[in-house]
Amino acid sequence: MLRMSWTIFLKDVRMEFRGKEALNASLAFALVVLILFSFAFDPTSEQIREITGGLLWILFAFSGVLLVNRSFVREQSNDCLDVLLVSKVPASSLLLGKTMANLVFILLVEAVCLPVFSVLYNISMFQLPLWLLGVCLLASWAIAILGTAFAAMTVNLRLRELMLPVMLYPMIIPALAAAMYLTNNIAAGKVPVGDDLIWVRLLVGFNVIFTTLSLGLIDTILVD
Amino acid sequence: MFDKILFGVGAASGLYLVRNLYTMLMVLPDEAAQGMIYRIMFFHIPSWWTCFICFFIAGAASGYSIAKKNFRADSLAVAATEVGLAFTFVGLATGMIWAKIIWGIWWTWDARLTWAFITALTYAAYLMMRNMIPDPNERMRVSGALNVFSFASVVICYKAIDWWRTQHPGAVMSFRTGGGNIDPAMEGMTYQNLFAFLMLCLVLVTVRLRQEESLRTLEGMRRLAFTRQRIAVLG
Repeated sequence: MLRMSWTIFLKDVRMEFRGKEALNASLAFALVVLILFSFAFDPTSEQIREITGGLLWILFAFSGVLLVNRSFVREQSNDCLDVLLVSKVPASSLLLGKTMANLVFILLVEAVCLPVFSVLYNISMFQLPLWLLGVCLLASWAIAILGTAFAAMTVNLRLRELMLPVMLYPMIIPALAAAMYLTNNIAAGKVPVGDDLIWVRLLVGFNVIFTTLSLGLIDTILVD
Repeated sequence: MFDKILFGVGAASGLYLVRNLYTMLMVLPDEAAQGMIYRIMFFHIPSWWTCFICFFIAGAASGYSIAKKNFRADSLAVAATEVGLAFTFVGLATGMIWAKIIWGIWWTWDARLTWAFITALTYAAYLMMRNMIPDPNERMRVSGALNVFSFASVVICYKAIDWWRTQHPGAVMSFRTGGGNIDPAMEGMTYQNLFAFLMLCLVLVTVRLRQEESLRTLEGMRRLAFTRQRIAVLG
């Protein structure tokens, strides 16, 4: 099953890197919003330190939705999705492979946005690189797995670009809240200890629960 | 006959609510700390329980409908979700009125309130989503799966007062605290109103379920007529 997921993952990554349409759009969107932030408040004030996490994760959630939305739409031309479903790849492998590909795309957007954010707003995000990497991995996985599962639900809808965020954002609030809180601490150079570790546990627990639920339900969603 | 029973249960729940109103306004005294506004709790707490019960039924029915490909269960899920969502809004509104008087604000972003709001949003998304899928089979699969997902937020909402320190008051009912936090007369009143709400909820869900079933029959007939017409044109 994992080998098939890997194949799907490679296929999706290769397809995206050849066309780069979703990745480019999402990156451009993220950068534009980063610049818009500077008009929403005084970019030189100290206040921004306190809202760093909130700004960044709202940005990543928005650009992440642009990315995950494409992952099943991409398969619609020439009925590729139907072919994938009748092939011997189980639906859960398909979801896992696509989620991994989306995770890579979201991480790429983050890898570009974080340094740009650091430079533009004079906040050093990389004081605790390992913690930052950990939080990014966990929270991006949360966006990727739920986003991909919901993208599978909405793929046939006319208004899928609208419905996906409407369904996804309320669901991922716990993961986003945890990521925002931890990112704030990381930007301030504070290692999360004691009570703050509950947010790490929340992120891990969220991922375990929703990864299991998504992998369990994807058969119902995609295959009849 | 069934209609008459349904009507009877609905009328009984209405009468019961009026009788409860009389007891809570004329018989029960004001609460020591909160004064007379505490009475809104007789509506706030039962409406949340009713909506949780509705969502539980909806989640179970959705799980059954996608496992067994059962359309009736799917109809039950949508009926229970709709009625549950109505009770959610009753719960939110009564809670906000209470908060304005006791806390001085309409809303605060603590874990319980936030999750209550998230719950309302996810189930509203479920109902929106259903309307967008024309094919009944796909509608059952996709919205059923979404309903199962949504139930996670109900569980979190229910347990939020235990998991976080919230501004929302903690558990007061005896079955969660072991007793001593609430006057037995007031607790009894809460259960009586819950019973009245559940009767009302039963009637509403049944009516909505029948509507949904008729809708499905109509849809099927329309599909059949369309196919026959096509065959007639082609043949």
